[in-house]
Amino acid sequence: MTRGFRRVLVANRGEIAARVIRSCARLGIETVLAASDADLDSVPARLADSVALIGAAPASASYLDVNAIVAAALATGADAVHPGYGFLSENARLARACAAAGITFIGPHPRTLELTGDKLAAREQAVAAGLPVLPGAHVDAGNPDSPPDPAITGAVARIGFPVLVKAAGGGGGRGLRVVRDPAQLGQAVAMASAEADAAFGDPRVYVERYVSPARHVEVQILGDGERVIHLGDRDCSVQRRYQKLIEEAPAPGLPKPLRGELHRAAVAFGRHLGYQGAGTVEFLVDVARGGFYFLEVNARIQVEHPVTEAITGVDLVAEQIAIAEGRPLRLRQDDVDFAGHAIECRVNAEDPAQGFLPSPGTVTAAKFPAGAGIRVDTHVQAGSAVPPHYDSLLAKVISHGRDRDQALSAMLAALACCAVTGVATNVALHQALLGTAEFRRGGVDTGYLERHG
Amino acid sequence: VELTNEDVADILALLDSTAYDELDLRTSRFRLTLRRTPNGWTQETQVTTEPDMAIEADVAGLRDGGHHPPPTEAPRGAASASERAPGAGAASLGAPRNERASTAKPHGQTATPAGVGGSKGGEAPLGNTAPLGNMVTTPLPGTFYRAPRPGAAPFVEIGTVVEPDTVVAIVETMKLMNSVPAGTRGTVAEILVANAESVGQGTALMRIKPA
Repeated sequence: MTRGFRRVLVANRGEIAARVIRSCARLGIETVLAASDADLDSVPARLADSVALIGAAPASASYLDVNAIVAAALATGADAVHPGYGFLSENARLARACAAAGITFIGPHPRTLELTGDKLAAREQAVAAGLPVLPGAHVDAGNPDSPPDPAITGAVARIGFPVLVKAAGGGGGRGLRVVRDPAQLGQAVAMASAEADAAFGDPRVYVERYVSPARHVEVQILGDGERVIHLGDRDCSVQRRYQKLIEEAPAPGLPKPLRGELHRAAVAFGRHLGYQGAGTVEFLVDVARGGFYFLEVNARIQVEHPVTEAITGVDLVAEQIAIAEGRPLRLRQDDVDFAGHAIECRVNAEDPAQGFLPSPGTVTAAKFPAGAGIRVDTHVQAGSAVPPHYDSLLAKVISHGRDRDQALSAMLAALACCAVTGVATNVALHQALLGTAEFRRGGVDTGYLERHG
Repeated sequence: VELTNEDVADILALLDSTAYDELDLRTSRFRLTLRRTPNGWTQETQVTTEPDMAIEADVAGLRDGGHHPPPTEAPRGAASASERAPGAGAASLGAPRNERASTAKPHGQTATPAGVGGSKGGEAPLGNTAPLGNMVTTPLPGTFYRAPRPGAAPFVEIGTVVEPDTVVAIVETMKLMNSVPAGTRGTVAEILVANAESVGQGTALMRIKPA
């Protein structure tokens, strides 16, 4: 059954809120922005047709409040909620609460969100779908002061050190720790478990083989619950503490068979899940041995989705909306053409020269690049507040060229045009990272930023 | 609403064939300034539309009682396990907007003990808490926490003996947890901010009686 949306509640902030509002406007859909106290005068609040105040500035009192979001959608007569990324975007409770209130959640089915949000469950499903996973084991935390449980030590010895301890409920790189020394395993597991319990309310942890050097490559998928297609891959290996900084599409220099296998694996997993909506299947590529392993599924729009849009010409937010309206996929795999190469740099309000110190404040001027092959997704303009309550993303600068060299040159010129004042930014770091011979060659591993940042 | 990237690119394609180096486009909704530079064109956009807040009161009313929460709903404050529960916040929801703003404590307006602001001078050090006399201040605005995680014991209580590098609090800024050291050797004499309060840059958090 299709139901065209008349009004969508955008339950997010920042550049993604502005991004979603733009697609809705193009589609003739009215938007209501659900905003916290801190964002009432933001650019997205000015772009939206109207604004619903959902609570105080701390995210837990507003953007993470399921009740407030659903109440705002009901009060404003919205047919659907677009959750953006982060916050409640992968929250099954919000998806269920929307359904109970007769509102469409623009995202996967709550059951899918529950599976993909639980890293252990997602791993099991990946195995069931025939995807390669890293050798790993579920471990129970013991007492940090007692010797490690022999069962844990045995399971991990079979995996081989170093290992990565991960939280089942984790995400965004939180709750991860590398263990190189078997003697420290027990304590690392206990600490990771305690941290995970505090942060996610879920103490379960597991260990996987730690692969280094590795690349982070992910595949964009779209599904309508029956058919699943891919929109190619992205490389997100330039990271600091598991936070992505530079992304590109396609992933540079992947052997053709490996690229094909990644795409097929992502589609197979999407089919296995009966995936509905836009999603990303993340993989780790073992640089030394050439294999790849399933990492996790992000069941939402990604920050880095514009590089995929640049090389495919597909508006992923519009496709999310069409799927949520109950339409079958409008694209067949053969319809997806890939043209050229795209790079995205995340401009953050942080100071790399001072240990990446966050830099909240007020933007006094915001000058960005413009022109053919350049896209800037941002929510800041002169006078914009950069509140301390949220993440530090100010803008995404995306360049698109007929090949990687052209995209890279365009990005360097574009970065030279960026002038954001009033808060510190990482623009100079981007220029340094893009300017090395290693980056120009392409295919850097996840340790690149720590070596050059 | 506003110009898209494609619109801007189209305008620039036109401008490129002319001798103009600058375009200043103003409408009732936005202002767009395009300038030619050696590295290519730059854009500055100013969205001037005022936000339309027509329905704010309805939302607060609905949430505060007009509607039954779905059965799966957790209580407010437990909305996300990954986010520390805030202090108050619900109390201000039904109030008019200007009153809310005053309870939200925007940074810079947080009470700062007399003398602290003046002694700061022009050298607000970042990345490190510099003791201002015996005050522990926050180098960044954010949310003040007395314990490493919800439910854990506070780092310090009044009377706790501290060394300069003893962690006495955490200030969360832009999703990063920054530990705040005592900066002085002594005893915690006063805790000036309640847990989970918003604090402005330079806010005095605690007073340490030097040893």
